[in-house]
Amino acid sequence: MTNPNGRFGIHGGQYIPETLMNAVIELEEAYNKYKNDPEFQAELTELFNEYAGRPSRLYYAEKMTKDLGGAKIYLKREDLNHTGAHKINNVLGQALLAKKMGKTRLIAETGAGQHGVATATAAALFGMECVVFMGEEDTKRQALNVYRMKLLGAEVVPVKTGTATLKDAVSEAMREWTSRISDTHYCLGSVMGPHPFPTIVRDFQAVISKEIKEQMLKKEGRLPDAVIACVGGGSNAIGSFYNFIEDKSVRLIGCEAAGRGIDTFETAATVNTGRVGIFHGMKSYFCQDEYGQIAPVYSISAGLDYPGVGPEHAYLHDIGRAEYVPVTDEEAVQAFEYLAKTEGIIPAIESAHAVAYARKLAPTMDKDKIIVITISGRGDKDCAAIARYRGEDIHE
Amino acid sequence: MSNIAEAFRNGKAFIPFITCGDPDLQTTAKVVREAVRNGADLIELGIPFSDPTAEGPVIQEANLRALQGGVTTDKIFDLVRELRTDVTIPMVFMTYANVVFSYGAEIFISTCREIGIDGLILPDLPFEEKEEFLPLCEEYGVDLISLIAPTSENRIAMIAKEAKGFIYLVSSLGVTGVRSEIKTDLQSIVNVIRANTDTPVAIGFGISKPEQAAKMAGISDGAIVGSAIIKILAEHGRDAAPYVGEYVKSMKDAVAGLK
Repeated sequence: MTNPNGRFGIHGGQYIPETLMNAVIELEEAYNKYKNDPEFQAELTELFNEYAGRPSRLYYAEKMTKDLGGAKIYLKREDLNHTGAHKINNVLGQALLAKKMGKTRLIAETGAGQHGVATATAAALFGMECVVFMGEEDTKRQALNVYRMKLLGAEVVPVKTGTATLKDAVSEAMREWTSRISDTHYCLGSVMGPHPFPTIVRDFQAVISKEIKEQMLKKEGRLPDAVIACVGGGSNAIGSFYNFIEDKSVRLIGCEAAGRGIDTFETAATVNTGRVGIFHGMKSYFCQDEYGQIAPVYSISAGLDYPGVGPEHAYLHDIGRAEYVPVTDEEAVQAFEYLAKTEGIIPAIESAHAVAYARKLAPTMDKDKIIVITISGRGDKDCAAIARYRGEDIHE
Repeated sequence: MSNIAEAFRNGKAFIPFITCGDPDLQTTAKVVREAVRNGADLIELGIPFSDPTAEGPVIQEANLRALQGGVTTDKIFDLVRELRTDVTIPMVFMTYANVVFSYGAEIFISTCREIGIDGLILPDLPFEEKEEFLPLCEEYGVDLISLIAPTSENRIAMIAKEAKGFIYLVSSLGVTGVRSEIKTDLQSIVNVIRANTDTPVAIGFGISKPEQAAKMAGISDGAIVGSAIIKILAEHGRDAAPYVGEYVKSMKDAVAGLK
């Protein structure tokens, strides 16, 4: 799906300082060398299966299905992976690649902290140095994950610039990479940034849809009718969609964080409210003002609180292959509570955005239809924030 | 021949960078005129961007101050129109790709031509992506300035061969900001550039003191200074013009006599 120069339709590209150009070229060459190397793939599969606990379960949510009274609902349980989210898929791939490239230090940005924890974990496993950049605002919202990263041996740098959230953490990680390239790999956490990151991250996350397809064929003997995933940068969503893109009967639905609503300024629903721009190394949709200044976005979810979206999603939107729908904080929190009570599964607040949309969609579909919701991560990290949202102050 | 060549006719060039609208556009106008009066050869006018990924803390904060003060691309175009009533030295814009793209590349670049902006420096537009704006820059006679970095290595010749206006040689890894020492072997990079083009080379990133400027200009055609000037603005605010003037004079004096 990736064109030369990393284009997805008009989106993608490599809009980065000259200082980084040879680094991304070196990364692309290394990736092209290893992606079809049976030994690399075998090592990665071993890590996926033995370390991360793959394949993740495709669970039939029977109570939820009966309660909603429509389409049959399956949950792709990425929350059961080691470290508690889909982020580990990408990180193990990139860390292995970095090791093959002779890099000894990983840097990363993180929003909710899941990617930071995953990177710190891989760094510990591979014996690499690790520095994670995290918006200061997010270090407060996700204090537990900050502690986990430190426990794993990583240094966590709170980023105070701008809105002190995910976009500022990405900017700071990019700045750090330009200052130290030779021994450092920037382990980008989503399908964004300059080529080849959107392609590399997608390929490592595509294991999600590869497994869904195999598991669904085994359980139901057919493909699902819809696959639903939350979209910030969009890595769990592209991972969930990728192997279904050619299967036109499967609806692909990305759930964006609408925050307090797409008719307010407190939103992070990029495809729904943004327009095409160039930022963080890529051309894609961005929330921005009339002069191209990047907008301060908002969502209850630190992991979706990003003003852009991966270029392949922008392309799938342009050609009408995937739909991108907004889900508000309130809807996500209700879905968070609903899944806990209905299925005994506490999803990440990010993933709860996908659950929220499924709750609306499933009743409109016939009982012989099938929906897969990707539960991209587990919700332990969010309990304190949701309690606060509900007016309850708990101590972690 | 581009108007930018004029900047390199008066000995080694001294090129100050000023963030437009920090703290307001009246101050920017005063600072530019004071810089010109004290020997600046070319002015780099920064159009602030909300998320300047190639900048260190000093210029990041200047961008923020300017945006909080309400500066916009249109107001900066008006500033340039006003400056051009008496400022004749070359002026270029330094900003980020999205500022140009979002405004509408053709309107932005044709306006540059109309108001007397001679070039465009976009640190997030590498050689591979220059087609985004190059055809329009050529159509309207605005030089799209190429950057070369310490990591460019095998890319130097390719970039230098197609460079217009001047080449911005980035002295060090990392982002903009004052550095006590510049360790890169810039002479050998300049040698490769010289072997491939006659386009002048100016060195920027990390330069703050006259001795550094002299050293950098000594191996190239000029020195670019941003953060050190922005620091003066941060300290003196609306009263910064004479201090910037004095600083520009000390820097120009340090480079002017060099061969």
